[in-house]
Order: sequence, then structure tokens, then C-alpha cells
Amino acid sequence: MSWAAIIVLVFGSYGCKLFGTAVLARIGDDDGGFDGRLAWFPEMAALIPAALFAALIAVQTFEADGALQVDARAAGLAAGVVAVWRRAPFVLVVVIAMTVTAAIRWQT
Amino acid sequence: MSPHRREGLLLAIAVGVVAVTFGVLADAAGLQLPQIIVMSALVFTGASQFAAVSVVDGGGSGGAAVGSAMLLAARNALYGPVVARLLPRSWALRGLGTHLMIDETTAMASVQDNDADAADAFWWTGVWLWSLWNLGSIAGALIGSVMGEPETWGLDAAFPAAFIALLVPHLRTSPGRVAAVLGAAFAIATVPIAPAGVPLLVAATAVVPAFVYSRRTAGT
Repeated sequence: MSWAAIIVLVFGSYGCKLFGTAVLARIGDDDGGFDGRLAWFPEMAALIPAALFAALIAVQTFEADGALQVDARAAGLAAGVVAVWRRAPFVLVVVIAMTVTAAIRWQT
Repeated sequence: MSPHRREGLLLAIAVGVVAVTFGVLADAAGLQLPQIIVMSALVFTGASQFAAVSVVDGGGSGGAAVGSAMLLAARNALYGPVVARLLPRSWALRGLGTHLMIDETTAMASVQDNDADAADAFWWTGVWLWSLWNLGSIAGALIGSVMGEPETWGLDAAFPAAFIALLVPHLRTSPGRVAAVLGAAFAIATVPIAPAGVPLLVAATAVVPAFVYSRRTAGT
């Protein structure tokens, strides 16, 4: 990989983040923007974590090489969901999901 | 140690282990150590780095590597409205905080009850995660191949499980639940037909119906 490509990636990835904190975060922020006409934007943006974290969970559990696949990760996730539902502490949730996934892989 | 610090540290350690696999893969793809160090320190968005290195490893061009990495980096912009208000006024600290704004740090900040804890969770997780991500990728590049496949011990299931715990507080409101269900559905529907990264961007559009829903229920 060339240095040029790496430098483009450095500026590109920081540029994305900066667009978020310097531009998106300001839309309708203080005065509601354009006489309050953009005041809805922060309210809608507050829903981004719910949508994106759910999507991350789905992709990290069911995606494999650009296709959908149900494998040991799904069982680990199911165990993690049960652990969260039973109000297990964060560390335990993660350990249970890893253990179930690893155990299924050892079996097969 | 407060709960959010303990959770942030655990996430950072898990990410540090994943970083070792990044170092191994980057080394195998022919990147030099200084390139790996610069990438982990300054690109600092794991999925993008993996994507770039995988494309290069598969014989793809630098342009293709950057393209697929950028698709995965783009979602970080969407975290701006969540994180920006937690950052200090100083432009230097805002610039640094912007760099640390990724899935894990945003998630840790977003589930705290008040802004002080949210800012603390963001910076604590961010500094540990950045440090261990860099240490891990250097270790992977130098000695990594002795570690074996992290999938053997289920590390790939650690992240979705952690994000389940971090998603739950966002499900307390009905618009949050609508956004989460539609976000996951949009992502799953897009995975087979679009390159990596795009499903997450499509999922973000779930905030529009969720917001419309919240307005309708508030209006009645």
C-alpha cells in the first residue's frame, strides 16, 4: 500500500469525523437555524445511535464476506441478549457471548 | 473505578486484541511498520483499516482500498451531533475529541445519564482505546502470528454482545425502538447487495421514519 493512499485515508477518515462535529452537529443547534426551521434536526439526530448500534449488531453477527450467514456468532449474541435481559453486568455479557461462540466452534 | 470506566476499559482491551489481528493482516499484506503505525494512530477507525488492508492483500489497488475504507469511515460523521456537545470549547481538544469519535466511544458516551459522565466515558474510553489499538497493531505487526485466530475464542462475538448492552438504554423510548428495529432491518436487507459500510449508512436513514413516528405520536 502506498504512502499516498495512507495519507488520503488519514485525511479522509478525519474529514468524515470533522464533518460530523463541525457541520452536522451545528445544524439547527443553537438558534434552530434559519429562524428555527431546522430545530427538528438535532431531535432526529438523537435517534442515530439507536439505528446505527442496532445495525452494527446485525452486521457484525450475520455478515460474512458480503453475504448473510447464521453461525456460532448468532448463538453468542443470543446468549448475550439473555444475559442483558437478566441484568448481568457488562463484563459478564461479553464473556458469556464469547464463551458460547467459542464453545460452539470447538464442537464443530 | 466507576462502572462506565470499567466498561470502557473492557471495550478498549477487546479492541486492543483485535488490533493485534490488524497488525498481522497489515504485515501480511506488505505494509511496512511505519505505515501500520501511522494508519492506526491517525486513521483510527478499525473497520476502515481492516477493509483497506484486505483489499490490498487481495491484490486490489490503493484507490480501491481507500474507497472501501471510506465507505466504512463515513458513518463516523453521523456521531457528530451526539458527541460534539460533550467536547470542550478549546479547538485543540475539540480536534482531538473529533479524532476519537468512533462506534465504541460514541456508544459509551451515549448511554450515560448525564453530560459529565458522558464526557468522562467518551474521553476515558477514547484514550484507552486509542492507546491499546496502537500498541496492539504494533505488536501484531512484530510478533502477531504466534497468537493464532482470535475467532477460536469467540472474540468476534464480543462486539455485538457489548453493543447489545449499549443499545438497551436507547430502547427506552418508542422512537428509539422504531429506529433500532428499522436500522437493523435496513442493514440486513442491504448486506447482500452493497459493499461493506453501505449497509450502515442505509441503516442510518431509519431515523427518518422513527422521527416521523415520534412526531405523530406526540401530536395526538
